[in-house]
Amino acid sequence: MKFAIMVNEGPYTHQATDSAYQFAKAAIAKGHEVTRVFFYHDGVNNGTRLTVPPQDDRHIVNRWSEMGTQHNIDLVICIAAAQRRGLLDDNEAKRQGKDASNIAPGFRISGLGQLVEAGIQSDRLVVFGD
Amino acid sequence: MLHIVNKSPFDTGSLASVLRVAKKDGGAVLLIEDGVYAAVKNSATEASLKAAGMPVYVLQADADARGLQSRLMDGVNMVDYGGFVDLVAGHDNVQSWL
Repeated sequence: MKFAIMVNEGPYTHQATDSAYQFAKAAIAKGHEVTRVFFYHDGVNNGTRLTVPPQDDRHIVNRWSEMGTQHNIDLVICIAAAQRRGLLDDNEAKRQGKDASNIAPGFRISGLGQLVEAGIQSDRLVVFGD
Repeated sequence: MLHIVNKSPFDTGSLASVLRVAKKDGGAVLLIEDGVYAAVKNSATEASLKAAGMPVYVLQADADARGLQSRLMDGVNMVDYGGFVDLVAGHDNVQSWL
């Protein structure tokens, strides 16, 4: 079965992204396919490569990056939510005249259309938030 | 439909809303995160969950994290994340009551 996941909260602030990750991991372990994770609202903060948590804490950003790469999951960050919160890829950094980009490996920035598409093309869309 | 509640019933009215509107849809309730507090034995919500007329599932990891292992009401079904996945797969629709 194809699952899509929506994450509406940032890392280290609310349990939502941890719940979403554990759900995705369990779905993959059961042989399901996680096609896309859509990060919206404060959820976009799951995709900044500048995150440096203490070494004895889980690295939420790297965890998503690794899962995305290993299992070919499309990790999509909402562009409007991302720009408000200072999340930029190379193209957007150039376009906005910023001196750096900070999107983590495996993530890409796109629009709400990707959420709609995920809802249409997957069998289930599961939302995690506050 | 699978109704996922992640809020304590003492914070928001999410669970009350589910129990009000979802009784007849043949669905189930899954309590995760702080939603698990609804299933505490002898709590104010125990009676309403028992009267729900639909299966109630509790995510074990979240109940354990809150020290509720031995304090939950009878009649609820404990699931791990794999069970969570099975519930989602087993219902045509999933609604998170955020």
